[in-house]
Amino acid sequence: MQQMPSDTAAVILRATDTPTTPEAIEAMRERLGLNRPLPIQYLDWLWHVLRLDFGRSFITGKPVLQEVMNYLPTTLMLMTCTTVLIVVISVPMGIFAALYRDTVFDQFSRLFAYTGVSMPSFWLGFLLLYVFSFKLGWFSVTSRGSIVDWILPSITLAFAPAAVYARLLRGSMLESLSQNYVLYARARGLSERLVVLRYVLKNAFLPVVTVFGLSFAHLLAGTVVVENVFALPGLGRFAVQSILNRDYPMIQCYVCLTAVLFVVVNFGVDLTYSYFDPRIRLGNQEI
Amino acid sequence: MIIQRLLNHKLAWLGLSLIAIVLLISLFAPLIAPHDPLAVDLMKKLQPSSTTFPLGTDHLGRCILSRLMYGGQVSLSIALIVVMFTTLISLCVGLVAGYFGGRLDHGLMRLCDVFLAFPSLILSLAIVGTLGSSIGNLIFALVATHWAGYARIVRSRVLSVKESHFVQAAIVSGTRSLPIMLRHILPYTLIELTVLATLDISHIVLHIAGLSFLGLGIQPPTPEWGAMINDGREYFRRQPELMLYPGLMLFLTTLAFNLVGDVLRDVLDPRMEKQMRVKTLKTKLENG
Amino acid sequence: MAEAVLTVDQLRVAFSGRSIVHGVTFELQPGRVLGIIGESGSGKSATCLSMLGLLQRATVEGSVQLAGQELIGLNAAQLRQIRGRKIGMIFQNPASFFNPIATIEQQFTETLRSHQSLTQTDAQSSALHHLSTVGLSEPERVLRQYPFQLSGGMLQRVMIAIALSLKPQVLIADEPTTALDVITQMQILRLIQQLQQQTNCAVLLVTHDLGVIAQMADDVVVMWNGELVEQTSVNQLFDQPQHAYTRSLLAARLTPRLGEKR
Repeated sequence: MQQMPSDTAAVILRATDTPTTPEAIEAMRERLGLNRPLPIQYLDWLWHVLRLDFGRSFITGKPVLQEVMNYLPTTLMLMTCTTVLIVVISVPMGIFAALYRDTVFDQFSRLFAYTGVSMPSFWLGFLLLYVFSFKLGWFSVTSRGSIVDWILPSITLAFAPAAVYARLLRGSMLESLSQNYVLYARARGLSERLVVLRYVLKNAFLPVVTVFGLSFAHLLAGTVVVENVFALPGLGRFAVQSILNRDYPMIQCYVCLTAVLFVVVNFGVDLTYSYFDPRIRLGNQEI
Repeated sequence: MIIQRLLNHKLAWLGLSLIAIVLLISLFAPLIAPHDPLAVDLMKKLQPSSTTFPLGTDHLGRCILSRLMYGGQVSLSIALIVVMFTTLISLCVGLVAGYFGGRLDHGLMRLCDVFLAFPSLILSLAIVGTLGSSIGNLIFALVATHWAGYARIVRSRVLSVKESHFVQAAIVSGTRSLPIMLRHILPYTLIELTVLATLDISHIVLHIAGLSFLGLGIQPPTPEWGAMINDGREYFRRQPELMLYPGLMLFLTTLAFNLVGDVLRDVLDPRMEKQMRVKTLKTKLENG
Repeated sequence: MAEAVLTVDQLRVAFSGRSIVHGVTFELQPGRVLGIIGESGSGKSATCLSMLGLLQRATVEGSVQLAGQELIGLNAAQLRQIRGRKIGMIFQNPASFFNPIATIEQQFTETLRSHQSLTQTDAQSSALHHLSTVGLSEPERVLRQYPFQLSGGMLQRVMIAIALSLKPQVLIADEPTTALDVITQMQILRLIQQLQQQTNCAVLLVTHDLGVIAQMADDVVVMWNGELVEQTSVNQLFDQPQHAYTRSLLAARLTPRLGEKR
């Protein structure tokens, strides 16, 4: 980072309106410890992180963790709403597209999938804002009160993933439906409803859950754009500003947090998977 | 023969024609654009569509239609370059990792994991943010975000091809590694990579647009669809067309590449498996 | 001759225009074992599956009567009454036919409770009883297992137990021993024979193995390319094969006797 065109020390000096003479820069670097060897800096940072001390923002001077905690709830709320929406949309769509394959509904879900993947999220966000906030006045553009404010942003963020998961679930269900255990279940006279619920669905969900864990990172990336569009005071938007301002402690904390979130989600996915699939839980034991 | 099956798909037709339109417009923009996309004229700012300015003017009086046309040039050419580099790097990494296996494979895959762990937009954001937003840095950032996913796929394909009879025969007969990789394994990875690349162009174009929207991609005054959407933000109540048209172009272009890529994948995949089986059989017969 | 329990008349099965079974006619007598022998692709499995309406995208024509009730053209609810309860089925390679993420107990009891109004505890004890009938030594343990934890032979026994627990009139066994080792094969076949004699249920045994036919069948039907080419008692089949195909089947057996001319 020391070789970066925009020197951290210079940035800070500028931020505090101090003249950026070479001596001043040198002094600031000394103060920040930027002239120490790189590995030392890294270890020092790591040591502080373990004690949950991420240092102070270069720009605002406040502790990084505190700043991040200000913005974290917004982003978490956005991600939760989005996840709920994704499940609510994609699960029924995927199931019915598989059960009523090749009907109009199935074709529609396919269309939805193509549209979802091709839609730039920032464009969708503004489209929604324009139609529902501006023209129809259903949602106010600025208020930050109730859960209603989260509807448009979560729709924007959920659109693409919901479309993809719907198709994924459909494919998984079709695969499940063609399995031998479905044939045998039917041959035993089990009702179709039971067969679909206990045999097809449960088996079909497994691969979808895995994919969800893997694509969690994309969701996180999406928050950057969506928070920007809807002017939500969340981590994503803040991260962009930090990057633009070369606020390294903030950036480092953000990266760290992202990684932690990612690991936690994947761990959760693994747990869920092993709960549902006894083969993973119990290993391959033969009597 | 692939082309034939491709053309049978209605969706492919739609996608291909869309791509053709966009490509043609982008290529011939200098010839067919009514105005200079960079020509600022504050007297004419924010005009609605007229005969002189078919799609109106933006906040600096520039012709929107012309900027749309030129915007395609920028996005698509960068996307193409990124795809080329990504393919190159991921081919090398994937081939080496898949073929040699062992600790090299492990190490390379861990490296991939590190890159894959980051949300792509954020990683590219960080790179461009730190290095500055020149076109070179933009390309570097995009390649850095996309190569890892490709490399994994190449590697898994290499692993499966490696098990097939003709490759095993070549190894056993003492052929050196490089010729094996190039002559036998590479062709099979290329096919799958083509499909991936087609689908990925759409992702890359969106990625570029996203970065430009945030102010870190293509810098003004160069026209780019994402940047145009960002420009139009302030006027979205007064003149939403500033945001509507660039977004529409993005959407249609992405849709087109997705359609074609999807159909390509359906068409090529079973064929690939059959091809491999035929080659295996031939080798068996030749070897007696 | 007693009235046939299953009468098949000109059964035709086709998949998107392609005819798999071209008009098959035979009868299954109560308490007897009818073997259906043929090579892969002869249509024997399709014949059996189509009787229960289990072939999803097939057109089925003709008549299949179970003790006077026509089976072709029944709706879903009516088919559910027949499947399992009147006609039971067991399959080859049982591992893939069980739900991989449900225990044996779950799959057994839900079968029982789909056809009879039982409490979970009653269904469980019924399952335990039937599992011991088929020779499984630790039925409680088996119930708790998941399918991947049991061997092929054990799963086949479970299948038989489930099939017979509903006391069907007909049991269709679709190559039940093909994927098993020789010793287990023998054990399973003996088990089926024993149970069949106890319950007096009629068995439709599909196989490609003449040895199985010889051991188990009373009557035999030979299928080839979707057609029924010979229908006779088992003794007659081996002594006086009529059709050329049957003869070639018999000739294809490996005879282990040294010095004997083929």
